[in-house]
Amino acid sequence: MALKGNLRDFTVTQLLNLISVAGKTGTLVVEGPNERVIVCFREGKLAYAQVGNDSQSLATVLHRSNKLSAAQYRAIAERAGRISDKELGLLLINARYVSQQDILASLQTHFLGVVNRLFTWVEGFFRFENDIMPPDDKITVRVNLENVIIEGARKLREWEQLQDEIPSLEMALKFTDRPGTNIRNVNLSVEEWRVVSFINPKNTIRQVATATKMNDLEIRRVVYGLLQAGLVEMVRPVGTAPLAPGQVAGLPQSSKEEQKSLINRIISRIRSI
Amino acid sequence: MQTVKMVVTGPFNAGKTEFIRSVSEIDVVSTERRISSQAERVKDTTTVAMDFGRITVDNDLVLYLFGTPGQRRFDFMWEILSEGMLGFIVMVDSTRPETFKEARSILETFRAYAPTPYVVAANKQDIAEAWELDDIRIALRLDKKVKLLPTVATDKESVKTVLLELLYSILAEMEGEGE
Ligand SMILES: Nc1nc2c(ncn2[C@@H]2O[C@H](COP(=O)(O)OP(=O)(O)O)[C@@H](O)[C@H]2O)c(=O)[nH]1
Ligand SMILES: [Mg+2]
Repeated sequence: MALKGNLRDFTVTQLLNLISVAGKTGTLVVEGPNERVIVCFREGKLAYAQVGNDSQSLATVLHRSNKLSAAQYRAIAERAGRISDKELGLLLINARYVSQQDILASLQTHFLGVVNRLFTWVEGFFRFENDIMPPDDKITVRVNLENVIIEGARKLREWEQLQDEIPSLEMALKFTDRPGTNIRNVNLSVEEWRVVSFINPKNTIRQVATATKMNDLEIRRVVYGLLQAGLVEMVRPVGTAPLAPGQVAGLPQSSKEEQKSLINRIISRIRSI
Repeated sequence: MQTVKMVVTGPFNAGKTEFIRSVSEIDVVSTERRISSQAERVKDTTTVAMDFGRITVDNDLVLYLFGTPGQRRFDFMWEILSEGMLGFIVMVDSTRPETFKEARSILETFRAYAPTPYVVAANKQDIAEAWELDDIRIALRLDKKVKLLPTVATDKESVKTVLLELLYSILAEMEGEGE
């Protein structure tokens, strides 16, 4: 039902990850102490973002990213009047002032700036409104959230939080088999690449840390980013399992048949409660 | 007489006590343990509530249900409790996303203690604000293979289903279907 809460408790990183993995379409509204941010997603990808109620006009965005000169910007502001972003975009492309690529890249940078601003918020009410999208005359982009999430996770530095997320370095990592995730399409830092090259269910996180000469904090930071981006998941290291296959902890060393019969007795009992 | 145990864990207020109470044949004993200042590194002595429920299976088998103290600072007790458990249940309050992170952390901690089967109970599904299972699964980063069960801890049938699902997983693990 309602996807809403406070950033104090459910972080932006977790939120974006949820939206990304669930492939959600709709608008995320975050009310901070001083301002309000609106971010739209289509099928789990960033489509649009704005701060406050005023959306930046395309002309302003292009001017700020140096795609339009001050004179061009002034001319548009004076003469174009209440022209929509889409119309203005077409005009500019046809006049060969900018390319479609320029427009999309500038908007993408602008939207990412808005989203990145959220990562600095420790507090703020959020709600996600399914299927609500920006007005039709706005130009939208399609940005994978994985990189955004990795970027944001880098900002979450607090040791305690990392320790909460990854309480034990004795676990191992494996790549998630989630379709659509391709490790080569993600911008990883050198540190992250080093860790990635050691990811194997046979290696504990601690072993990876030793191999990459990282301390507990550094390895947790990297692993956290990879987890949040949904690239890896934690698993018990294989090959070091303290139990023989098929043997269940907590049961005395008895034959498999005896163990199964014991569990079946508990099952019948519980069914009859 | 043989005894086996299962552990019910999860953040404070998730519904652990309620869960155990719904199926236990004894009034749930919330034991108050004195924690010495030395062990706890806090000045005052403090108490920890730990739930304890019992289901007599037959003449020579008893199942105990232990509810862990929720507060993180008592997690040194978790390892003791988890020793020799058949499996564990992680309870999460579906109406309080602010506790999901804690639930996940507890889950990871227990997974690291023991390779026993576990299930996750999305509790308080009777309340309108409860998050949907699919969203909780993503928020908790649960693999598809992990059982995430809609739960109402105050409802005995619902609690029985959770216990049975855990037992089925334990059986499956014995059959070698586990990882
Ligand atoms: N509506 C509803 N309330 C519940 C449910 N489970 C527990 N509660 C309530 O949630 C509160 C916390 O439950 P409790 O078992 O004490 O949580 P614990 O801290 O994990 O032991 C109590 O007021 C319970 O009555 C449930 O499934 N539905
Ligand atoms: Mg309790």
